[in-house]
Amino acid sequence: MEKSYIVKQISIFSENRPGRLAAIAGALRDAGINIFAFSIAEADGFGVVRALVDQPDEAHRTLTDLGFRVSFTDVIGVKMRDEPGGLSDIASILGDAGINIEYAYAYSGRDGAVLILRVDQVEDAIRQILGRGGELLKASLSG
Amino acid sequence: METIRPDELADLQLKRLKWSLHQAQKVGLYQRKLKEAGVSPDDIRTLDDVEKLPFTYKKELRAGYPFGLFATPLKEIVRIHTTSGTTGKPTVVGYTRQDLENWSELIARNMTMIGLGEDDIFQNAVNYGLFTGGLGFHYGAEKIGMTVIPSATGNTRRQIEMIEDFGVTAIHCTPSYALHIAEVAESMGKTLDSLKTGIFGAEPWSESMRTELERRLGVKAYDSYGLSEMYGPGVAFECPERDGLHIWHDFYLTEIIDPKTGERLAPGERGELVITPLVKEALPLVRYRTGDVTRLMDDGCACGRGPKIERITGRSDDMLVIRGINVFPSQIEHVLRALPEVGEQFIVYIDRVKHLDEMTIEVEMSRAGFSGELQDLARMQKKITGELHNTLGLRTAVKLVEPGSLPRFEGKAKRVVDRRGAI
Repeated sequence: MEKSYIVKQISIFSENRPGRLAAIAGALRDAGINIFAFSIAEADGFGVVRALVDQPDEAHRTLTDLGFRVSFTDVIGVKMRDEPGGLSDIASILGDAGINIEYAYAYSGRDGAVLILRVDQVEDAIRQILGRGGELLKASLSG
Repeated sequence: METIRPDELADLQLKRLKWSLHQAQKVGLYQRKLKEAGVSPDDIRTLDDVEKLPFTYKKELRAGYPFGLFATPLKEIVRIHTTSGTTGKPTVVGYTRQDLENWSELIARNMTMIGLGEDDIFQNAVNYGLFTGGLGFHYGAEKIGMTVIPSATGNTRRQIEMIEDFGVTAIHCTPSYALHIAEVAESMGKTLDSLKTGIFGAEPWSESMRTELERRLGVKAYDSYGLSEMYGPGVAFECPERDGLHIWHDFYLTEIIDPKTGERLAPGERGELVITPLVKEALPLVRYRTGDVTRLMDDGCACGRGPKIERITGRSDDMLVIRGINVFPSQIEHVLRALPEVGEQFIVYIDRVKHLDEMTIEVEMSRAGFSGELQDLARMQKKITGELHNTLGLRTAVKLVEPGSLPRFEGKAKRVVDRRGAI
């Protein structure tokens, strides 16, 4: 049952030069794919664009066909209270359980704030969060 | 000759070098060049004195078209070959009867070295015209008593039938034609079981090509090096160790030089191969700039024969000098091709930043195996930089780019953009 909370993030390799994000975003727009959340991680001359979308498989196919290097990464989305202490609650649960956060980004939408987490032990993290009353996004984001 | 003592070889080389310089003095070009350099053949007392002599360039041979560089009267010349002449006039090479004998001797030695002899049936699948590979190998193979089939090129199905029907054991051709033969044989359902030895030359080929040819043709593949100006094929050849090519030092005096400065390089350093032939009658040459890049391997060979050169890694015209270090694009290519993370294309940019040369290499990633993790990409970038540093002795900036994003080339790829000249 933990599996149903594992969300497919698409990770896209991108050179660090003008127009690359526009190309990625334009491709998703043309395919009618909605982006819920995204972030860019950058290194020496290149970056990885990470995004949660409503149709991950379609996004993967579209971008791959255009020559992008794309892969899926397992992440989880934790609903946060959109008030002081919201992030602290979740970070504490994981910290107490000895689960390491590799990276995270957040968005605040109509239904509240969501923290997207890439952790080293994803199923363990899901159990801990649910066990301490946390609420997770379901894998089927479009639902 | 294969196991001659080094001091005896040096004596022989010096004696022959002096003879060869006297032969060269019969040519107007060399009378002029030696005079300009202020040396006469009598000034050459040791082999190291060869450094006092001027280089000979291909363009000088071309300028002598057709017979200007011959040291013997035409009536003593019994054969003419020419180089392909892709740029301008071809280079004309003449052979006296003794030259042809010497050349056959070289080929015979090479083929004997790899264990070929009178029990072998030899298909010589190269052009038999003005190209030196045809007749050169033909007479060398006959000299050691092989059964020679002068099949030349073309009609590949017929070539394959001959291999099968005649029980051919050894074949000589270009590596690319060998690959074509393999493809056609496979489509005909032929396994070419009698073939044991493949001699490949006349164009550069890689170790991965060797692996493929050996697998598909069922041969042991040997690299053959030569150039028309030095008779043709036969100048250097792999022994069964297949780790570098033996040069016949009693026929050729070799040096490795820095192509930019002309300075001689130490054994082991990579640079341009310069050859002074020691026995050529019709077309004697002095310190001929081959343009081919290699190094002298000074660590000996398990077979006990004399010093080898490394397989040719490129042309000196391509050499770059980065912060005083010689770099050949082929070295970069070699490193990148060996890494599975790297895709099809790369481009090398050279800039001068605050008076320092900086080399940036844009590398396409391979389409497979992207984990999606930034740290894996960073690790890959570091690995590529590290491998390049090991080979080139130079720090480079490696930029990972998307597959398919670099320009493609139909003909010869242009992989180096030197932007230093713009200053």
